[in-house]
Amino acid sequence: MITIHEVIETNQMIQQENLDVRTITVGISLLDCISQDLEDVKQQVYKKITETAKNLVAVGGEIEKEFGIPIVNKRISVTPIALVGGAACRCPEDFVELAKTLDQAAVAVGVNFIGGYSALVAKGMTEAEENLIRSIPEALRVTERVCSSVNLGSTKTGINMDAVRLMGEVIRETAELTKERDSLGCAKLVVFCNAPDDNPFMAGAFHGVTEADAIINVGVSGPGVVKKALETVRDTDFETLCETVKKTAFKITRVGQLVAKEASRRLQIPFGIVDLSLAPTPAIGDSIAEIFEEMGLERAGAPGTTAALALLNDQVKKGGVMASSSVGGLSGAFIPVSEDHGMIQAVRDGALTLEKLEAMTCVCSVGLDMIAVPGDTPASTISGIIADEMAIGMINQKTTAVRLIPVIGKQVGEMAEFGGLLGYAPIMPVNSFSCERFIHRGGRIPAPIHSFKN
Amino acid sequence: MKRAVITVVGKDSVGIIAKVCTFLAEHKINILDISQTIVQGFFHMMMVVDLSGMTADFSEMADGLARLGEEQLGVKAQIQREEIFDNMHRI
Repeated sequence: MITIHEVIETNQMIQQENLDVRTITVGISLLDCISQDLEDVKQQVYKKITETAKNLVAVGGEIEKEFGIPIVNKRISVTPIALVGGAACRCPEDFVELAKTLDQAAVAVGVNFIGGYSALVAKGMTEAEENLIRSIPEALRVTERVCSSVNLGSTKTGINMDAVRLMGEVIRETAELTKERDSLGCAKLVVFCNAPDDNPFMAGAFHGVTEADAIINVGVSGPGVVKKALETVRDTDFETLCETVKKTAFKITRVGQLVAKEASRRLQIPFGIVDLSLAPTPAIGDSIAEIFEEMGLERAGAPGTTAALALLNDQVKKGGVMASSSVGGLSGAFIPVSEDHGMIQAVRDGALTLEKLEAMTCVCSVGLDMIAVPGDTPASTISGIIADEMAIGMINQKTTAVRLIPVIGKQVGEMAEFGGLLGYAPIMPVNSFSCERFIHRGGRIPAPIHSFKN
Repeated sequence: MKRAVITVVGKDSVGIIAKVCTFLAEHKINILDISQTIVQGFFHMMMVVDLSGMTADFSEMADGLARLGEEQLGVKAQIQREEIFDNMHRI
């Protein structure tokens, strides 16, 4: 039987160390909603989402209550809309209509975000995909809950540099259209290399075409729990440090697995994966940067940070893989700047730069995340930063992403406020040398040699 | 058998266990095990209970228990399904 000390440990994690399940995300296939008639697509999309996910929020609430574990977000991801709307949408404006439908469906079922306003263009773009991409700024302006993502490259296909160039412009335009809210639209837009089909986390969640009709994916959290555990092994050697992270990750992931299974049973939707990501929030004690400090770095970004992140990421996976029957999604540590007060502090103190963050993305999940840059950053520079990040993903056979926010009207040193879980961020300086001629070459970067494994 | 864990955390005083036990009896919840300890000056009590004969709805009963703790005993009382602890601490 369970002991009182084990019970106390679990409840301390939840009540004092911010352990929670970050999201239950229901992935819904909209492939059966495809039609040549836009009104028909809109109706079918709304009906499919609201019927499949109608009990999601209520069931999430029940599980929270019965197990005593907070489930912070209940969300939905759908089939990339470029595929769903491709036959019906003749222009970007048509796609915006579908974005509004997604927003309405999200409001109807009570989820805070719906992901999948997406296009997968790793190798080339269809006309529909280009139309969707060009519709993103307006779609994010007129909706509240819709999240958008674009996959620009993969290890198997190389990098679609035409799309990289286009996305630099789209990100700038999205920033312009939402400038009265510190360019918030860009916080709901992410570009990927090697995007996973089963990611439960926003803004990049979409329901891949390889997936079943509906699926439950769960994202756990717990930077605070890892940090507290590391306090007990301060100044010990690396083996002890790694063992402690691994054991803690196991415990965190087991909770995610339990919640995923329970949600799957109650909603009668199959369980997909648990995403092992350590996801921070702006709250004190829920920070990846605090873990680095506990490991012995004065600030995130100090020499040693990449090594610290590499070991953290690896041990989280080792502990997590054993705890769950099926892991997937992004699985690793997230390093969003605006969503982690320790990272924000590190930027303010001059310890953490864009270039160091780029190095860190070589060893963790995802990439340059929630980084505010000056509003006058040229589109080609944004594309250049994206291209660098995509190259890291392509060569290292891992997922990488970029979620940059050029905050219109603000300069280095000022703050951008996004609110809630999206947090706030100091505007970071960007290398001012031009990459315009490079970006304007067009075409694509071929797949790397190590993609040929057949 | 559907089991849950009740935890009571706060300042120790006379009658905490008695009142919690009365509450459980009223809801036809059977107690399987009780233990208590002091951690960092706080009184911690844990009960493993069997919910299979429970008369009320879980959510209402959990709210009632939390109210009892807060309003009458000045402690934090909570009930959680046992699986969360089993899953976290047992392979």
